Amino acid sequence: MAFADTVRCRYQTDLDGIKSAGLFKGERYIHSPQSSEIEVEFPVGSAIRKCINVCANNYLGLSSHPDVVAAAHAGLDARGYGMSSVRFICGTQDIHRELETRLTAFLGTEDTLLFPSCMDANGGFFEACLNEQDVMIADRLVHASIVDGMRLCKAMQDTYKHSDMAHLEEKLREHQDKRSRMVITDGVFSMDGDTAKLAEIVALAEKYNAMVFVDDSHSTGFMGKTGRGTHEHCGVFGKIDVITTTLGKALGGASGGCVSGRRELVELCRQRARPYLFSNAVAPVIVAGALKVLDLIGASTDRRDKLEWNAKYWRGALKEAGFDLKEGDTPIVPVMLYDAKLSQDFARDLFNEGVYAVGFFFPVVPKGQARIRTQLSAAHDKRHLDAAIAAFKKVGKKHGILGLGRKELMARAVA
Amino acid sequence: MDDINKIVRDYIVREYLQEDDERTITDTTPLISGGIVDSFSMVSLLRFIEKKYSVHIPDKDATPEAFDTVESIVDLVRRFQNVAVVKG
Repeated sequence: MAFADTVRCRYQTDLDGIKSAGLFKGERYIHSPQSSEIEVEFPVGSAIRKCINVCANNYLGLSSHPDVVAAAHAGLDARGYGMSSVRFICGTQDIHRELETRLTAFLGTEDTLLFPSCMDANGGFFEACLNEQDVMIADRLVHASIVDGMRLCKAMQDTYKHSDMAHLEEKLREHQDKRSRMVITDGVFSMDGDTAKLAEIVALAEKYNAMVFVDDSHSTGFMGKTGRGTHEHCGVFGKIDVITTTLGKALGGASGGCVSGRRELVELCRQRARPYLFSNAVAPVIVAGALKVLDLIGASTDRRDKLEWNAKYWRGALKEAGFDLKEGDTPIVPVMLYDAKLSQDFARDLFNEGVYAVGFFFPVVPKGQARIRTQLSAAHDKRHLDAAIAAFKKVGKKHGILGLGRKELMARAVA
Repeated sequence: MDDINKIVRDYIVREYLQEDDERTITDTTPLISGGIVDSFSMVSLLRFIEKKYSVHIPDKDATPEAFDTVESIVDLVRRFQNVAVVKG
């Protein structure tokens, strides 16, 4: 037996270390479909309770939409459950290509390639398209999957301070000796909920002859007047060279992602990107559901409009109640606490008040930047928001943080 | 040699701290374990040092531990400057 007691012991010590550092991640079991109200078993073995969910990426409330579920059922009947193959062997159905074509039109790009997830799209893109003659210049707060993807690529890597355009310009100037430069950013930053300065990034990229890569996972479907993403929101639709995004958030929330952008780059991914080459095609049932999602959001902007209203209302009410929020105009609204333990206590108290939210702290966010990240959904009605706001106020009052600014909260965290 | 400490400190402030960041960087401030520099953005610091002091620091030596304080970074620079002198 290779898994000797000493080996088991070593791994258990690692796990104990994670626990004693307060970084152990448990799961809460949900006994209902994903929605604004969910039934949660937490801790495991306790009675199931109904909660208002303010931590899902279900931005458009389409995760359990009846039309999407029906389309997925029909897709399951018509095209089966799984492909039992990677795309290039015998895993590509006509509906895979149809979805890619529809995404290309929706995102305003030249071509699209589906991946098992956006994590995989980000993991595979850079290695497939750049090499040691090139440089990748990333915002320091990009998603972990981009960091991983960049590490797999031989191109030089560099970073600029979060959304600091003067620093980005300095880096672009510094790397003029490279064959190609690629500026890499999230569209909406998942932990802070702020939006990349895409208009300025595109202008700098044009000035310094660089390509622009945007992960729009937290934007596709709702940012911009017709929900195309941050490029629409920032007035640079059609000017982004590479967009990666996900079907796992606003677009139905199942799984799957894509690389969408310049034809040649997408084709290179089809030839070289390892997560595309070596993992199964997205299941037909998900493809069928995603096609219906595109029908729904193409037919009406009602959902993204409601989401925008919800986010504004929520942000305004929490601000008025005296919480310290990260500035932004997206459905990601971080409630800043700056104290890791407080973020955990606060989330637990919210749960006891019937609100499901999660506290984030280092290393998920920088040290001293602990927070409750709240996320709005078009599935929230005003009554959900009002009930959740009341719970936040009650818990905020209990911890004595209402009305405190950043400096006061940070001072308390240190004390 | 103290000049190296100041040059590295100034670079870290310029490269990693936001304008409104009031933290002071001393020679012993934990940079990586303290969350000021993350391993992802450490590369620019490595490149700065290599360029400025004409040294090559192999990947196996460019560890987060070796980059955790200005003091340890300066030690690393000195070590590889000596290597360069011996080789030269």
